[in-house]
Amino acid sequence: MTTTADLVAAITEMREDDAAAYARELIDGGTGPVPILDACREAMDIIGKRFEEGDAFIPELILAGEMLKSVTEVVKPHLKSGDAEEALGTIVLGTVEGDIHDIAKDIVAFMLEINGFEVADLGVDVAAAEFVKAVGETGAKIVGLSGFLTLAYDPMKDTVAALKAAGFDGKVMVGGGQVDESIREYTGADAYGKDAMAAVALAKKWSGVD
Amino acid sequence: MLPDNWNGMTPAERLEFRLAGWASAGGMEFASPEAKEKYEIRTKRFIDVLKLKEPDMVPVELVGGGVIARHAGFTDGDMMYDYEKATSASLKIHEDFDIDYQVAGNFWPGPMYDRLGYKLYKWPGHDLAGNQPYQAVEGEYMMADEYAELINDSEKFMLRKYFPRVFESLGAFSMLPSFWGATELPFVPFMMTPFGIPPVQEAFEAFLDAAKLSLEFMGAMGALGGQIAAVHGIPGTLGGFSKVPFDFIGDTLRGTKGIMLDMFRRPDDVVAASDALLPMAIEFAVGNANASGNPFIYIVMHKGADGFMSNDDFKRFYWPGFKKLMLGIIEQGAVPFNFVEGGYNSRLDIIAEDGDIPPGTTMWMFDKTDIAEAKKKFGPWAAIGGNIPASLFMAGTPEQMRDKVKETMEIAAPGGGYFMTPGAVIDHATDANIEAYLAAGKEFGKY
Repeated sequence: MTTTADLVAAITEMREDDAAAYARELIDGGTGPVPILDACREAMDIIGKRFEEGDAFIPELILAGEMLKSVTEVVKPHLKSGDAEEALGTIVLGTVEGDIHDIAKDIVAFMLEINGFEVADLGVDVAAAEFVKAVGETGAKIVGLSGFLTLAYDPMKDTVAALKAAGFDGKVMVGGGQVDESIREYTGADAYGKDAMAAVALAKKWSGVD
Repeated sequence: MLPDNWNGMTPAERLEFRLAGWASAGGMEFASPEAKEKYEIRTKRFIDVLKLKEPDMVPVELVGGGVIARHAGFTDGDMMYDYEKATSASLKIHEDFDIDYQVAGNFWPGPMYDRLGYKLYKWPGHDLAGNQPYQAVEGEYMMADEYAELINDSEKFMLRKYFPRVFESLGAFSMLPSFWGATELPFVPFMMTPFGIPPVQEAFEAFLDAAKLSLEFMGAMGALGGQIAAVHGIPGTLGGFSKVPFDFIGDTLRGTKGIMLDMFRRPDDVVAASDALLPMAIEFAVGNANASGNPFIYIVMHKGADGFMSNDDFKRFYWPGFKKLMLGIIEQGAVPFNFVEGGYNSRLDIIAEDGDIPPGTTMWMFDKTDIAEAKKKFGPWAAIGGNIPASLFMAGTPEQMRDKVKETMEIAAPGGGYFMTPGAVIDHATDANIEAYLAAGKEFGKY
């Protein structure tokens, strides 16, 4: 009989076909959606840790994301309201105006989500006003600004200024491509994150989780 | 022009031939004896670095980008749509700063891309604001089930499948026939007729218009490079481009997500496609070097960087194609100039321990890689450059810049084989920081 442990193993061993098949077998065998999603979370934790330790890389994260999506599709029809777990908090994330690079931002979103945060991903080429609006709508206390090119420096600076001008009293982190501590200073952001793990650590620190 | 006995020459002889052509500017007339002398000193300095000798001083390169337009008060859009402005901006940066090697500045033919209806990129003056540099649009331009077509006949795939997807104006190329109709008299009309259909004719009109626009642009760009060399004695170090087969497939055929899933779902296809594209990648590089008379071929590297895959996957998917590409270019006497974007810290040992790349034949421009480690592991056999942070040019102070240059020189310059350069394209910089960069390079780069 297929167990949730089998599902965890399939996901962490990157056996994509098995992961979807096991999820169906579990549902058909009477396992509820919540234990299946818990198993997914456990598997994502393992992969996330490997990523942090340099034993898993972007391809593994992308495939894990695909597996999570297909398992979620299987269990979704069986979910009842109230099954959803409380998120640690919402983080507004986006690539700043003028820059259309999304790979690094997507990895950050993925790592934040598997660490329990709700991510409001605004996409790429996001104007300062859109960040301000999203913060107002979600009540997020953390904003992540991504940018690959040096052109991102000024829009990052403008976005930080716009958030402050709008009365945002949370924290802003910046990262990506050619961003470093000197750019953190330049933009007036609260912190610079070297990679997705740094983004998670900052988000946890600012949320008082760790 | 290559000599008649090219096929009988060794790779080392071919390299010497190409370097001599570059160092003499192909026999160009200089505007003054001073310009000629400067040109010769600067090319010799660069060649010494390639050959791992200690030059008179460290060559100081400034990787261009949007900074050229901005320094002249123009936009990125001007660089693609106004050749007069593009030319004057390019001249201005070489006149205003003490630059030793030509700086290229996002000067590309906007009208040509417009005529083709190029959809793969967004660019300023077209669908981006004028002050933003061009950027690729991530996507799947080859589907996962099309590997076999690419592998069997990559040029046919380009012509009939890829062109219609990335060039709006060339959609009708999907109707092109096989050229094997040329082989028998009765076959020829069957081959030729599709070319007469109105949508195909329209596509060819766009194609020819774009070709003329490209020629016009290359004329303007070539004249500009020649002028900078002839008047100021500043050589260009960019002889052409190529890419690692894995990047050709991953960057703009399958896209990042696509190729990474393919590594799990169809690994053999990825490997076979890399092998299949290798001759093209080499021919592309060598063809550029032949046309430009400049042997330094920029291999723009993306998806083999730290974090993008495990070392095992790097050895399986990326390194074999990369290595064979370098060897193929070296075989033809040209120089792989590897523009190593991102970090390569986890790959240094794999490459250094391989041992098949002949010493003194490659140049490596590092971005986020630890330059001390690179010096230790590559220094004995390859020329390295880097990696002054792009961020410093914009957000640093001249003092910080000077300190960083000094620190980097102390690590990487001893013994030669090092050229100074930022690690990435510079789109934004203050004049004071550019000056500080160039001055510090000359101050601390003396041997």
